[in-house]
Amino acid sequence: MKFFEDIQVGEVFALGRHSFGADEIKAFATRFDPQLFHVDEDAAARSHFGALCASGWHTAVVWMRLMVDFRRGLLETAQARGEPVAGIGPALGFRELKWLKPVFVGDTIDYASEVVETRHSNSRPGFGLMTIRSTGVNQHGEPVISFLSTTFVERRPAPP
Amino acid sequence: MPTHHWEDFQPGAVSIYGPRLVTREEIVAFAAEFDPQPMHLDEIAAGATMLGGLGASGWHICCLLMRVIADGFILDSSSMGGPGVDEVRWLRPLRPGTRIRVRATVLDTRLSSSRPQMGLVKFLFEVLDEGDTVLMTLTTTLMFGRRQPGALA
Repeated sequence: MKFFEDIQVGEVFALGRHSFGADEIKAFATRFDPQLFHVDEDAAARSHFGALCASGWHTAVVWMRLMVDFRRGLLETAQARGEPVAGIGPALGFRELKWLKPVFVGDTIDYASEVVETRHSNSRPGFGLMTIRSTGVNQHGEPVISFLSTTFVERRPAPP
Repeated sequence: MPTHHWEDFQPGAVSIYGPRLVTREEIVAFAAEFDPQPMHLDEIAAGATMLGGLGASGWHICCLLMRVIADGFILDSSSMGGPGVDEVRWLRPLRPGTRIRVRATVLDTRLSSSRPQMGLVKFLFEVLDEGDTVLMTLTTTLMFGRRQPGALA
């Protein structure tokens, strides 16, 4: 991650996209959220969703995977240039998570996170706090998930 | 016919679900798939992080909570899913070998203004370890079908 001082409100991290297949939707839901509309096509067709759809938690954890991969890309780029990289974390939680539309079989979700606030940390002087709004948008341009989260980001060390 | 409908949730009611043993293998497998950061994958690397040792991804704790309440009451209910989560707080690490339980407190119930067949129940869910220490809190509103759609509450 960039150092806290280099992060601007309004900056958008484009994280990439993921297509949700029937097998992975059912496999995830079988482990964590085995409600019929996430594991059984026929039952889902009779439910208020009308078709098999992903657990909302599945939609959320794919964001986490893409964010980890995005950060790793930043790290490798900086290391290749011999530049220092800011430490991050831990995450304290998230809030205002909304599952706005179902994610159906074959949907492709495009994920991004936008910096909405930065502030200094009183508890950890070497760090700042970054709040991001993360979203996933389907192939029709409709938002399917949105949430806010706040993370510690390391400040640029003072010059020696 | 499921056991639990919207009418069955009363504000103030407290229920405990679980226990569910969380193994090292599943912590690492979840992290490898969805949250491949050192503190969720490897004891030695995790020791050098702010988690101070191997701990489950916070998103894994959310998913485990979902499974415990699914088995506890959701699968035997008229659940219609949930529109979102108000807030999650990750308070303490979830270590391998912990038997978690979930304490569910009904905070509020109300009818849906747009869908007469449905009502809403707001919950506080707390993930507890064996010593009743709260590892995570999650507040959310879930949607349930009504036993008597359209009846006055």
